[in-house]
Amino acid sequence: MLLHLEKVSKHYHLGDTTIKALDNITLSVKQGEFLAVMGPSGSGKSTFLQVASMLAEPTYGVITLRDNDVTQHTEVQRARLRNKEIGFVFQSFNLLARTSALDNVALPLLYAGVKESERLRRSQAMLERVGLGDRLHNTPAQLSGGQQQRVAIARALVNDPSIIFADEPTGNLDSKSGEDIKALLTELHQEGKTIIMVTHEEDVAAIAERFVIFKDGSIIQDSRTPSQEIATYAKKGKRKYSLLKNK
Amino acid sequence: MNHIETIFSIAVKAILTNKTRSFLTMLGVIIGVGSVVLLTSIGTGLQKYIADQFINLGTNTLYVVPGDPFGEDGGFSNQEQAFLESAAPKLKIRHFDMIMRNNRDLIADGFPAGVGVARAKYRDTTKKVTLYGVRNAFEQVNNTPAQAGRWFTDVEQESGDRVIILGSKVATELFGNVDPINRRLTLDGQSYKVTGVLEEKGGGFGGPSYDNYVYIPIDTLFDSFNTQIIDNFTFQARDPSQTAATKAGIEETLLKELEDDEFTVVDQTELLNTINSILGVLTAGLGGIAAISLVVGGIGIMNIMLVSVTERTREIGLRKALGATPNLIMLQFLTEAALLSVCGGTIGLVIAYLGSLAIQPYFPAQVTIEAVILAFGVSTVVGLIFGAAPARRAANLSPIEALRYE
Repeated sequence: MLLHLEKVSKHYHLGDTTIKALDNITLSVKQGEFLAVMGPSGSGKSTFLQVASMLAEPTYGVITLRDNDVTQHTEVQRARLRNKEIGFVFQSFNLLARTSALDNVALPLLYAGVKESERLRRSQAMLERVGLGDRLHNTPAQLSGGQQQRVAIARALVNDPSIIFADEPTGNLDSKSGEDIKALLTELHQEGKTIIMVTHEEDVAAIAERFVIFKDGSIIQDSRTPSQEIATYAKKGKRKYSLLKNK
Repeated sequence: MNHIETIFSIAVKAILTNKTRSFLTMLGVIIGVGSVVLLTSIGTGLQKYIADQFINLGTNTLYVVPGDPFGEDGGFSNQEQAFLESAAPKLKIRHFDMIMRNNRDLIADGFPAGVGVARAKYRDTTKKVTLYGVRNAFEQVNNTPAQAGRWFTDVEQESGDRVIILGSKVATELFGNVDPINRRLTLDGQSYKVTGVLEEKGGGFGGPSYDNYVYIPIDTLFDSFNTQIIDNFTFQARDPSQTAATKAGIEETLLKELEDDEFTVVDQTELLNTINSILGVLTAGLGGIAAISLVVGGIGIMNIMLVSVTERTREIGLRKALGATPNLIMLQFLTEAALLSVCGGTIGLVIAYLGSLAIQPYFPAQVTIEAVILAFGVSTVVGLIFGAAPARRAANLSPIEALRYE
């Protein structure tokens, strides 16, 4: 098993109130799987992404990565693990402004201690892989939204991570760019990458092979076939998508 | 090593991104380091100037002064006491002669010196002058040959002849363009013949200005003016390595007739050490006051670094998500703060150096290698100390909170 969450909870305290953002969830992800994580706002899907990607610590429960318990890791160990094993794709791209696409992609390699020449070589190869070989030295401001997200995907892939976590990867894109990113993610899945993607959009979720639906901090459905619930929870996102398309 | 290079280049980039802001942040350190270095350079220059003056006089010179100016408490705290001692003079010319007689093997030469004041008049020019009563050994001991004319002879000084030698400045003031040699002027109405004019010696800065003195045989001074006050005896030891023995010899002779608190034997090194310690304290004090502006500069850096951490919260979150450890984030912001401070320190140093060059014609100033090292050291430390709090704040940011920051 690549990733396993066993009875994982994440609680937040707001004054005297305890908010159970994740409540006793258990989930296993195999190598090469493509998960679409869905659910209404406040259902816990983003918290799941943060905890599973080791950006946040669970309050209770155990997380194992290739059977190694990572729950007890220190902040430094988690940082190193994220660097080596996890690739992130964010809704708002999160690229460093005034920094070239090449240097943005090279960032994880920098923290992995890879030599500069090797960093640049691998980053260039990855940008070529996502179709931006001619935009190596452009800064984010000189790139379209779709191109920026492709830079972010190249950055997520450059360290050859075990799992890619994508948080609404098409949420800030127009329909054409959204299609490009969907195609790219499908391609990565076909190459054997493990992808866990949070999305509101039904057509984006449709490229996944497994559908996990959250509600009130718990998993209410985990299936391999799209269902009525998926269409329901994707509704809001789809409307947004349609609005964007109509523009 | 790889990380350090990268962190350094990230810091340079961050500083260059906001050039105006970076410069304004550095300004405090520029002013701080500039003023510390400039003030210490003036202090050091003054110390060197005084040391050079002493070396010119020779390191084998010893002085006997009346009373105990250094006091048992040390320093010059007993100035009033010294004044009273000199007002009731215990040192006499015969003590000088005794010393010369008893220590021929140790002392090469020497002269007694007394001081008086008189009104000098040449034709229509009148001026109040200081009379410095000496013997002609002054020429050799103090290395002050006559620029024109000659020093008074043994016969002239022993027979109390009314002859004088003028300091270069007083000669110009009294005689203008007229050659004063062998001309006569009056001192308090008595006529004196000018036998020579001394070379310009410079001096000042609170010390004696030999160029302003009128030199007169000491016996003539004591006979013709109403004074018997010995200012000092100056001796030149035969061998610079024998100054301690010479000092002991002089003390032994004087103690036969005087109490030990009625005179003090001072050698050049001792005097130089005392002056150096006073100037050292003064320089450190001035540097300390200027260092306050460095602290203010440091606070400026801390302020801007805190703003920078807040502005770059999302960037910090991203870097952490991608694998930057808290220590690396801390190091990045510390490097940035130290770099700002060191750049400011370098600019301040250059300004201080140019400033010291600009004032050199008027005042001795010298930027030493110690001051340069101090400037770099202090500005780095200021950057690290005042950058520590913002850097720690950046390092402790939760990646989730940071990524969510708008």
